[in-house]
Amino acid sequence: MAKRIDIKGLNLYYGRFHAVDNVTLSIPPRNVTAFIGPSGCGKSTVLRSLNRMHEVIPGATVDGKVLLDGEDIYDAGVDPVEVRRTIGMVFQRPNPFPTMSIRDNVVAGLKLAGVRSKSRLEEVCERSLRGANLWEEVKDRLDRPGGGLSGGQQQRLCIARAIAVQPDVLLMDEPCSALDPISTLAIEDLITELKKDYTIVIVTHNMQQAARVSDMTAFFNLSGVGRPGQLVEADDTEKIFSNPGKKETEDYISGRFG
Amino acid sequence: MIGAMSDPLGNSLPARRPTVRRPGDTIFQFLTTASGLAIVLSIVLIGVFLLLKAVPSLAADQANFLLSPNFVTTGGKLAFGIRDLFVVTVLSSVFALVIAMPVAMGIALFLTQYAPRQLARPFAYIVDLLAAVPSVVFGLWGIKVFGPVLEPLERWLNGNLGWFPLFANGNVSISGGGTIFTAGVVLAVMLLPIITSVSREVFQQTPTMQIEGALALGATRWEMIRTTVIPFGRSGYIAASMLGLGRALGETVAVLIILRSAPEPSRISLFDGGYTFASKIASAASEFTEALPTGAYISAGLVLFVLTFVVNAIARWIAGGRVHRP
Repeated sequence: MAKRIDIKGLNLYYGRFHAVDNVTLSIPPRNVTAFIGPSGCGKSTVLRSLNRMHEVIPGATVDGKVLLDGEDIYDAGVDPVEVRRTIGMVFQRPNPFPTMSIRDNVVAGLKLAGVRSKSRLEEVCERSLRGANLWEEVKDRLDRPGGGLSGGQQQRLCIARAIAVQPDVLLMDEPCSALDPISTLAIEDLITELKKDYTIVIVTHNMQQAARVSDMTAFFNLSGVGRPGQLVEADDTEKIFSNPGKKETEDYISGRFG
Repeated sequence: MIGAMSDPLGNSLPARRPTVRRPGDTIFQFLTTASGLAIVLSIVLIGVFLLLKAVPSLAADQANFLLSPNFVTTGGKLAFGIRDLFVVTVLSSVFALVIAMPVAMGIALFLTQYAPRQLARPFAYIVDLLAAVPSVVFGLWGIKVFGPVLEPLERWLNGNLGWFPLFANGNVSISGGGTIFTAGVVLAVMLLPIITSVSREVFQQTPTMQIEGALALGATRWEMIRTTVIPFGRSGYIAASMLGLGRALGETVAVLIILRSAPEPSRISLFDGGYTFASKIASAASEFTEALPTGAYISAGLVLFVLTFVVNAIARWIAGGRVHRP
């Protein structure tokens, strides 16, 4: 289950554009780690490199190491499909499969992994929906399309889909940015519950959110337009928000950016 | 209902207030409405024309119009039926569709999901170029080049799978390949650009977030295509195929050149010869001097018109009823 991530000397590129420069960072298991920073600083790019989604974009390349409990997910013999099965991801906008029922959405990952047993799928479906705090709301309409739910429910459905395969790590790319405050609160509560079982990495633009949900915060910045993003510092969330080590971080957090 | 002056609960709603209208809008609205009406009007007029010309000949028909395999309009006698025209038309078109649909989907998926970007563009252009080849050229190529190439395959199917009705002996000789089989394969090639280009467009529009959602769950590329791209594009793909079917049903010259004329009624085999609605009418075009024999062909055209209409209606129904958009 929950595994630790060690990023070592990670450089990320989109074609010739150097997007992220030399990131080294350790992410502890059973913790919430937040990535914060201004737009374009590469925090989402780093997140996407943790389950090899970065390379899905044409021309995108990776240099450096990402160790999952000591094993490099970029090793030549590693299958990216396997990596993505053990590292789940939730996206900025809820993206349930619109043609699938709620039930099929939840167990989609399991079906891809070859699970066919009806009773097992039923069991995982209920457990995951309960885990995502959605069960009570949808238990009577599991056969209805997932696209019919509200935005917040859809996002929780996507979280249920991600945790159904019991991943080692859960990556969240601004999971609340398309949601209203009440749904946001529901997701934040859920994140706090999920960290008992999973290693969670969340990208957020909302600093209050980072302060509320995360144990550790990593601040990314870029020195100018067209320059690569860098990791400025990473520390306990409390320390970052009360007494950051660098002036840059303090300026960003207190709103004196630039 | 009309005027919408009350809401569903029966409360009256305020009337629309008069407002300023720009002359440009009025003129443009008139022009677009007129264009819209013109197309409806021409469809109706074509239908009325076919019906008016067909009725006297149908009344004078001595054979069963729907069930007779013969089409006699010469020698002062009218005894025509459309059974064989219908069989040959539907058989060749459906056979063409059966071949073209999977191939077109393969091409469309290759172009949108697998081909490197530099290759996809010229390749798509080549596929579209197929649509620019005149059908008379397809016909010549079909009978002179492709028919003889297919002949051994047709013989093998006939010899080994002849127990299956569609591969049984037909009413013409296989030699030379002047059969529905050849016509169907050539039609399939003609349908490819139609089905491919529409399918490519719809597959292309699969939202990136759907694709990434599937990949992030640990889907392989093919599984991603199966769970997101194909369901997203399915209705468009089916509608495109029906569009292609309509095209195949009406194809004239290529089929006229390829199909050998048959001495006997159809045996409902792919190795039959004969005429489709369109090729029958075209073959008789020089004889349209007297009203009654001409009306016989017009009534055949009317049936083709209705057939195409039904196919298009089915396409609309499929495309409209099962569209899933996020």
